[in-house]
Amino acid sequence: MKLKQLEGLLGNLQQFSNPKVELEQYPTGPHIASRMLYTAENSFGDVGDRVVADFGCGCGTLGIAAALLGAEHVVGVDVDSQSLEIASANAEELEVELNLVQCDLGNLDFRGQIVDTVIMNPPFGTRKKGVDMEFLRVALAVASQAVYSLHKTSTREHVKRAALRDFNASSAEVLCELRYDVPHLYKFHKKKEVDIAVDLWRFVPRGA
Amino acid sequence: MRLLTHNMLSSNIKGVINGFPLGIVVEKVIEKPVEMNPDFLKNMFAKIEWKALVDASRSMGYTELPEQADSSMLDSVDFLQRFHHALLELHLEEGALVCPETGRKFPVNKGIPNMLLHEDEV
Repeated sequence: MKLKQLEGLLGNLQQFSNPKVELEQYPTGPHIASRMLYTAENSFGDVGDRVVADFGCGCGTLGIAAALLGAEHVVGVDVDSQSLEIASANAEELEVELNLVQCDLGNLDFRGQIVDTVIMNPPFGTRKKGVDMEFLRVALAVASQAVYSLHKTSTREHVKRAALRDFNASSAEVLCELRYDVPHLYKFHKKKEVDIAVDLWRFVPRGA
Repeated sequence: MRLLTHNMLSSNIKGVINGFPLGIVVEKVIEKPVEMNPDFLKNMFAKIEWKALVDASRSMGYTELPEQADSSMLDSVDFLQRFHHALLELHLEEGALVCPETGRKFPVNKGIPNMLLHEDEV
């Protein structure tokens, strides 16, 4: 599948109808999502025929992108039942299989080394401090091959240190810097739209 | 929910030591055919807990998996087809997953297991 085709399909997905600020529910736009998964597949072979988990999957954009690129089994995990319902409808709309689990990431324990790749757009941790690093910790514990994640560019050094020193990653690499459009979703947003710099990371867990 | 997902999940209630495998209460099972990928199955065979898959598939009404299996069986197309069907084509649509230690039920609605814990379980 071509990048433009993937982006086009993801552009049709339904997004949060009533986003919850405490969960930092921002949609992952089709531009970022398609590039993230396209890179994971075409540069590293981390998607096709793999078991992929999407942490904090929200409306399922990243997981669905993985399924469209040939992942054999995709599991989306989110704490919010409304998001999971939308994710389920989105998967059905695009006729891909997406297994969904409602769970608090902090309590998640996936057995064995079944998940190859974790993809995620975690909360940035602006409302609940440290939640972004909690996602990364769990992702690196679960993935056997690679973790792809988005983090604010302003936290680059912190993310790198945490991954290598605290979460046992053998490598942590920024693949590219992207502009993340945060649409005007919440009342506390003063501007119509802000775009913030985010890094697309690839982490490799030790032992991979 | 596929049984491959079931094979990854365990009960994470505080104090539970052996939360795997979760029991299955079936209200509704659906089957969704997908193309078989033998290389994927061979790779998965080494990673999954076979007995948990056998027991789970039996709970779902599918009794064609052998009690014991070893990697030499992966050369048989017949075996691969059964393994494929149990692992990827059977879906628990409605029912519950049951903690093997405490009996606590995690409901499954529209194929989505709710593994959220109560405050006193964290």
